[in-house]
Amino acid sequence: MHTPNRRELLGASFVAPLLGAWTGTRMSRAADDGMEAARERVRKRFLPNVPLLTQDDKKVGFYDDLVKDKIVIINFTYTRCEGVCPGITSNLVRVQRLLGGRVGRDIFMYSITLKPEEDSPRALREYAKAHSVRPGWTFLTGNSDDIELLRRKLGFTNPNPELDKDKSQHIGNLRYGNEPLCLWAACPGLAHPEWIAESVSWVDRSRVKKN
Amino acid sequence: MYFNVFGQRVSRTKYREMAAAAKNRRELIAAQLSRRDLVKMGLLTGTGYLVSKGGLSARAKSPLPLDQLASPPVTPFIEPLHIIPVKEPVQVLQPAPSVAPLPHEGRTRPHQALNVFRPKKFYKVRQHVTPSRVHPELPEQVLWGFDGMTPGPTYVARYGEPILVRNFNELPPDNGGFGLNSVTTHLHNGHTPSESDGFPCDFFELGQFYDQHYPNVLAGILSTHPGTGDIRESLSTLWYHDHRVDFTSQNTYKGLLVFYLLFNEFDTANETTGFHLPSFPEFDVPMVFADKVFDEDGRLFFDLFNIDGILGDRFMVNGKIQPFFQVHPRRYRFRWLNVGPSRFQEFFLTDLGNSSAHNLYWQIANDGNLLPKPVQVESVRIGVAERMDVIIDFSQFAGKSIYLENRLKQLDGRGPVPAPDDILPAGAGNLVMRFDVMLPAVQDQSDDPARITKFYDLPDTAVEPAVVRTFRFDRLNGEWSINGTFMDCNRTRFRVKQNTAEHWVLGNFSGDWQHPIHIHLEEHQILTRNRMPPPTVEVSRKDVTRLRQNERVELFFRFRDFTGRYPLHCHNMIHEDHAMMLRWDIEPDGDTNISP
Repeated sequence: MHTPNRRELLGASFVAPLLGAWTGTRMSRAADDGMEAARERVRKRFLPNVPLLTQDDKKVGFYDDLVKDKIVIINFTYTRCEGVCPGITSNLVRVQRLLGGRVGRDIFMYSITLKPEEDSPRALREYAKAHSVRPGWTFLTGNSDDIELLRRKLGFTNPNPELDKDKSQHIGNLRYGNEPLCLWAACPGLAHPEWIAESVSWVDRSRVKKN
Repeated sequence: MYFNVFGQRVSRTKYREMAAAAKNRRELIAAQLSRRDLVKMGLLTGTGYLVSKGGLSARAKSPLPLDQLASPPVTPFIEPLHIIPVKEPVQVLQPAPSVAPLPHEGRTRPHQALNVFRPKKFYKVRQHVTPSRVHPELPEQVLWGFDGMTPGPTYVARYGEPILVRNFNELPPDNGGFGLNSVTTHLHNGHTPSESDGFPCDFFELGQFYDQHYPNVLAGILSTHPGTGDIRESLSTLWYHDHRVDFTSQNTYKGLLVFYLLFNEFDTANETTGFHLPSFPEFDVPMVFADKVFDEDGRLFFDLFNIDGILGDRFMVNGKIQPFFQVHPRRYRFRWLNVGPSRFQEFFLTDLGNSSAHNLYWQIANDGNLLPKPVQVESVRIGVAERMDVIIDFSQFAGKSIYLENRLKQLDGRGPVPAPDDILPAGAGNLVMRFDVMLPAVQDQSDDPARITKFYDLPDTAVEPAVVRTFRFDRLNGEWSINGTFMDCNRTRFRVKQNTAEHWVLGNFSGDWQHPIHIHLEEHQILTRNRMPPPTVEVSRKDVTRLRQNERVELFFRFRDFTGRYPLHCHNMIHEDHAMMLRWDIEPDGDTNISP
């Protein structure tokens, strides 16, 4: 089972000799309180535990159930989007294939609807089926206010308020991250799927080459 | 004069903070958020205090202008400017550098010119956790630096003296909230073989090192000007910083940056010789500017979920917030570097006792390239990654204090507000540092820039280009694209034929955004901005060209001497990471793809 804490400890013990010179000089009032505190700060600022509903009608908390302890790929979409979404969705289908068995085990994909009033769990279920989405990639809906809060916190916004209101102009980036290690980045949803898969692998530190 | 609600006098800074906080509260009330909402959104702490909303989650309710950032207030001008020390070479590297990558080395490609330009000096540099004090009123920060410093120690190099730097990654997986301990270091903008250039995907990991070969040669040395290189291609002020794909902004913000200075027989570091520029290091001072945010605990904060551009509200010089610098009443050369991560700045000299004065100084270099001759200016605009060398004669301010003020108005990551509202009045901008002209008079043997008639000629641009390529920069649903295509390290968008000239037309179709566009390996010249000649200070060689809204610029390049992969990218580091970039290669045979 995926246990990032153990991996993180392993990584820390590997570097302990290298950090020797630094850890020797303990800083008073240092703004350093360890990885758990850093994680908590990121959680509080950016990852609210809003309630969402999956395409299988399951109630989940965004942080507790979807993001905590996981490597994730998050995007915002809606089933009737005709602009960038078809391209992004088809890319993500290929990304899921490329990442193979890791999706649903170490890496979790989430597509959150921008039109919760239209996209019921059933609508999302049908959409996922039509696109051959496999387990490990979850479509999510919920209460409008909760989704809007999430959208803003995760930075899927446009600084121009008029464009921000226009859902056809919605942000097509993919946010990917490793929650326990506070590694967060983003890439265009329309980038090549091989590139997207490679990018996501960068935050899976168990896969990092060492020699 | 400003007063609080109790009728007590408060400073202007405090008043502005209070006004911002009051505005925040009004907006929250208007948003009709319940107390539960506020706690859920992280805006109310357990004890009920409203935390500053704007800077730490600017997107909490509405797309707010980022000028509501609210780092804890600190007293300005109480710390002296940090003078960055010079890096010392080592006698020898063990194991000896080799053309092929060594065991534990992250490099994957051979050194193409190691035996052509054999290193005469060797350096070891270590990237690791760096405790750092940015201000006495803030706690010590846990940053990342080179050799235990941020900015790291400055490389002082000479043309004709190749060097090799062995670069060790000792950064931890514990990142304190942002940053990735996987790095690739770029010498901006060295004429450097590709495998040593810090290409974004040439990253290496903890426990590895990477040998970087810097020939310190003039462009043309293996082509147009064999044996010597073209003296008109001299660079003086470069910088060396992390360039890791998708994590450049985080790693550089966390401290991974260094100056790299190049001297030659004209720019000599000795004001009694060559161009008689103020002597290094006493009167030639590199200064790196950054604007950052600190959280309510005084800890350096990076907005991980911002894709537009991050603006800081604490202005730093050489790693310290708003320092003062005591100077002699004579000429100084300053090498200014703006590392943002996103903000454009425009520096004026402000005398708060005489704010209507127009205090002039001299710009002598653009992006590290000495201009054809010095240009007298009232201000210098500088985008992210640009360098501007200036000479300020402090004798006119003897006995006084004079401020370096950024008067460029910018409200969010898109860029400065459009002219003519972009320049604030004196004193209304950001007082970034204070010069105290209090030291005794000393001899000044540097030349008065008013009497310098020439540095170097510009290389001629009248040749017929092998190809004219066009690059449309666009933002499609928040995704940065170039010619409708997206970044991919594994795909070469076009191939330049080695030792030829090209024109590149850059067009900004992204709407509201301004972009400082950077191309590696060679300096370019701006032929036209919107089909007009560029302004005087841009009649120069450059490597970062600002693209304003709807602007079209045409650039001239020669591509010489080395082969391999290099990037073109926006240097607003947030755009760079999301990923406004492409890969191009130089090869013996190129292509003529006009819209790659």
